[in-house]
Amino acid sequence: VCALHNSAGQFFSSGHTNNWAVLVCTSRFWFNYRHVANTLSVYRSVKRLGIPDSHIVLMLADDMACNHRNPKPATVFSHKNMELNVYGDDVEVDYRGYEVTVENFLRVLTGRLPPSTPRSKRLLSDDRSNILIYLTGHGGNGFLKFQDSEEISNVELADAFEQMWQKRRYNELLFIIDTCQGASMYERFYSPNIMALASSQVGEDSLSHQPDLAIGVHLMDRYTFYMLEFLEDIHPASKTNMNDLFKVCPKSQCVSTPGHRTDLFLRDPGSVLITDFFGSVRKVELTMDAINLTDPINPVNGEEQKEVYSYADQLPVSEIIHQKPKQKDWHPPDGFILGLWTLILLVFFKTYGIKHLKHIF
Amino acid sequence: MGLLSDPNRRRALISMLTRLNAPICVVCYFAGVAWFMGLAFEPFTLRTYMSENAMGSTMVEERFPAGERALATGREFAAHKKKVGGMPVDWLVKNMQDRGLEVFTQSFSRTLPFPDENKERYIVKGTNVYGILRAPRAPRTEALVLSAPCSPGDSNNQAVGLLLGLAQYFRNQIYWAKDIIFLVNEHDLIGMQAWLEGYHHTNTTGMSWSPLQGRGGSIQAALSLELSSDVITSLDLVLEGLNGQLPNLDLANLFYAFCQKIGVLCTIQGKLQRNDWDSVSGYSHTVQTMMLMVMKQASGRPWGDHGLFLRYHIEAATIKGVNSFRQYKTDATTIGRLLEGMYRKLNNLLERLHQSYFFYLMPSLSHFVSIGYYMPAFGLLAVILLLRALDLWVQLNTPPSTTEDGVADIDQQSSPGVLSVLTPLVISHLTGVALYALPIRFQETAVEHFPVSETEAVVLTAIAIYTAGLALPHNTHRLLSGEGTEQGWRVLKLVAVLYLAVLLGCTALINFSLGFILALTLVPLAAFVTPHVPKVLSAFILVILSPACTLLFSVFFFQELQEMPVSFQDGWLLYLSVISQGILDHSLYGSLVYPLIALLVYPCWLLFWNILFWK
Repeated sequence: VCALHNSAGQFFSSGHTNNWAVLVCTSRFWFNYRHVANTLSVYRSVKRLGIPDSHIVLMLADDMACNHRNPKPATVFSHKNMELNVYGDDVEVDYRGYEVTVENFLRVLTGRLPPSTPRSKRLLSDDRSNILIYLTGHGGNGFLKFQDSEEISNVELADAFEQMWQKRRYNELLFIIDTCQGASMYERFYSPNIMALASSQVGEDSLSHQPDLAIGVHLMDRYTFYMLEFLEDIHPASKTNMNDLFKVCPKSQCVSTPGHRTDLFLRDPGSVLITDFFGSVRKVELTMDAINLTDPINPVNGEEQKEVYSYADQLPVSEIIHQKPKQKDWHPPDGFILGLWTLILLVFFKTYGIKHLKHIF
Repeated sequence: MGLLSDPNRRRALISMLTRLNAPICVVCYFAGVAWFMGLAFEPFTLRTYMSENAMGSTMVEERFPAGERALATGREFAAHKKKVGGMPVDWLVKNMQDRGLEVFTQSFSRTLPFPDENKERYIVKGTNVYGILRAPRAPRTEALVLSAPCSPGDSNNQAVGLLLGLAQYFRNQIYWAKDIIFLVNEHDLIGMQAWLEGYHHTNTTGMSWSPLQGRGGSIQAALSLELSSDVITSLDLVLEGLNGQLPNLDLANLFYAFCQKIGVLCTIQGKLQRNDWDSVSGYSHTVQTMMLMVMKQASGRPWGDHGLFLRYHIEAATIKGVNSFRQYKTDATTIGRLLEGMYRKLNNLLERLHQSYFFYLMPSLSHFVSIGYYMPAFGLLAVILLLRALDLWVQLNTPPSTTEDGVADIDQQSSPGVLSVLTPLVISHLTGVALYALPIRFQETAVEHFPVSETEAVVLTAIAIYTAGLALPHNTHRLLSGEGTEQGWRVLKLVAVLYLAVLLGCTALINFSLGFILALTLVPLAAFVTPHVPKVLSAFILVILSPACTLLFSVFFFQELQEMPVSFQDGWLLYLSVISQGILDHSLYGSLVYPLIALLVYPCWLLFWNILFWK
């Protein structure tokens, strides 16, 4: 029993206990078919490696499978000659069509959703969640375009991640973006434990791949295409690490130069498994005996107690009601205005003569 | 002090303006002409490119298989057409219904103001037949049109056959997001006008037509097909529409892109493209192509059935199949594939074509000149008018330098009343109104008194009124209260020059070619005419540069460009038919060239004629 009690400590020594994925496709219209196919391929890999639909927030800005122009309705292909249908029959889209907006995306990340939002539309992560965030669409230097009408900037995104960190909404975050000039989106991150990958550097375009003549559009983008091929070889027990993911799609295949950023990440990328983010690997220990968990469990690897974190108070009511209301704008003091008008009136009557006073009184 | 408020500097500027006026005007004129000619020089043009993102590249798979069957259908159509002696409405309706379209007909009738001798028709009655292919999954909000005219005789049978073949093939596909309307119109432009008016619930030309029973959504694009032979050697694209309006350049780009993908020889203005732009013959070839487009655009008539769609903001073009003596022939299946590819790409459109240019000139199918590049040519000509106006203003405001009689001087210095300028203005415009309204109104009386047909009566009356206007100055001067003064003609010329500038400017904005051609002839005469130039020579030059003679020269020039030069007799007859066509176009389709020339340009020219004969 004692050994099991000790190994229970070992059980909780790894960083994360659950996995989440937020997959966003930000473009609509038929000629942006490839962005939906990108997102659905990542969705497919993530589901295959074990993350359930309840832990995936899938945001698709347009419905390509049922678009009137699709010659193969109810399918979204990622390989030409229609080899792979990533739409399948068990896709669960959480945010669809016009619901994919910058505001909704930021609300999902920060958790500030109205109480009526269903669970499937919430990112219910905690401080032991590893989150995979995948964005694709049209972007530029420092922004990502949502739905042809608005943009999210890299500063906003970095601030959203900082909010997540302060509210302890993630343990580690993997951010992947496949757009033109994607590396600009992760330049401004400043919260710890974030690793970022992008399909192209600033000043480069991410190119599309897989032109299909029967459907009449490009089916995938290069970076995600090669990433999908890489992920197809991963299975839940594989030990491939992040360094291999950084090597996906070199310049010869992608034409653009993929980039990555690991300086905010505490662990060494070589020790981070792909399945730490893409899969949902549960540690299961079978035991026939009962374990009595009475004392607080000390982590085995002997690191000192981590700093105790407390949640930052989001609405400090006590401070508000016990404080004088802060003046928002500065007005000149009242006496000054009175004196000013007196001066003006005096000057007026001096210039034009005191006889005008009788017109007023 | 500021440049214009400092009197010394102002005087210096004004003196420079008056001294250098004539040389600057001459330089501007030749610069404008040179700029225009330079537009055809290839390094100054841009390559065409697809601007619309939704249409993208030609990445589509064309699989139309049934070219031969389409030709057989065309032969059947020809046989039925001959049997019925017009449009075989019942056969067409049954045929389209068998192919799975929703078929409707529309009957229309129109009495022309006078008989049309080119097409030999006067009272026109006809039926349009159209079938709608409903998009399988989409709401009926947008539509595309494919049309082929039903022409008398042996022409365009293959076009109708191909249209029906494509209808059957399109019916079997599920990827249509817009309704496709297959239209066979009778009496070409008149039938098309009736159909468009019925579709859009407007009645602008006074035609009577039965309302349309079936409708698609708003039409996004239209193609008109003219094919009269089983095999072709090249496909010609016709862009010029009513009043010189052009479809969006993306439609031409789409056509060119598919021509290159499928490997069909494609031309514009019937002229092949050449690669030797740096040689003289190559350059003159592109100049000829561009001048053909300019001439066609200036005429303001629709050069294909597509021309009437443009008024409703529907991008449309006509594709003509040409069979000439070349070795490599293209069969109907390939043409069908090209049309299929174009329609699949148009199907991908989400909004109307608007990303590319609406105002352009095409010296060849792969190069274009946009409005930003060709407008300075016109601007240089318009500047001449403004310089002249400034010069006249300065002359009007400076006191006369030499005076003999102080008293008479002061009398002369009072500016001539508005009335003296108003009289020539009103009389010129009344003449213009007469030129516009009288020929048609009095054709019966003319036919009674002279042994001519109605058409000839109309045209000759128009020419007669035009020439009668030349006699005006001698008559109107008797109506004026006093004698004309030196100031008087200056004021009139100032008004006339500004009027001409505004008129030409507005015309050039809407129809650049018409504005530019009118400017080429009218601006020099507006610039140099005064009462003091030699009368006989100036009168002769004025007549040569008048709109009617410009039209005559244009007719001969146009025939030269098309490599079909005509003799003087034939040219004159062609000129008369052009005038009659212009008047007919105005009453049938609402073309604005004839009213513009009769009501605005001709009175303006008459004002200058008045100035020349000012006493």
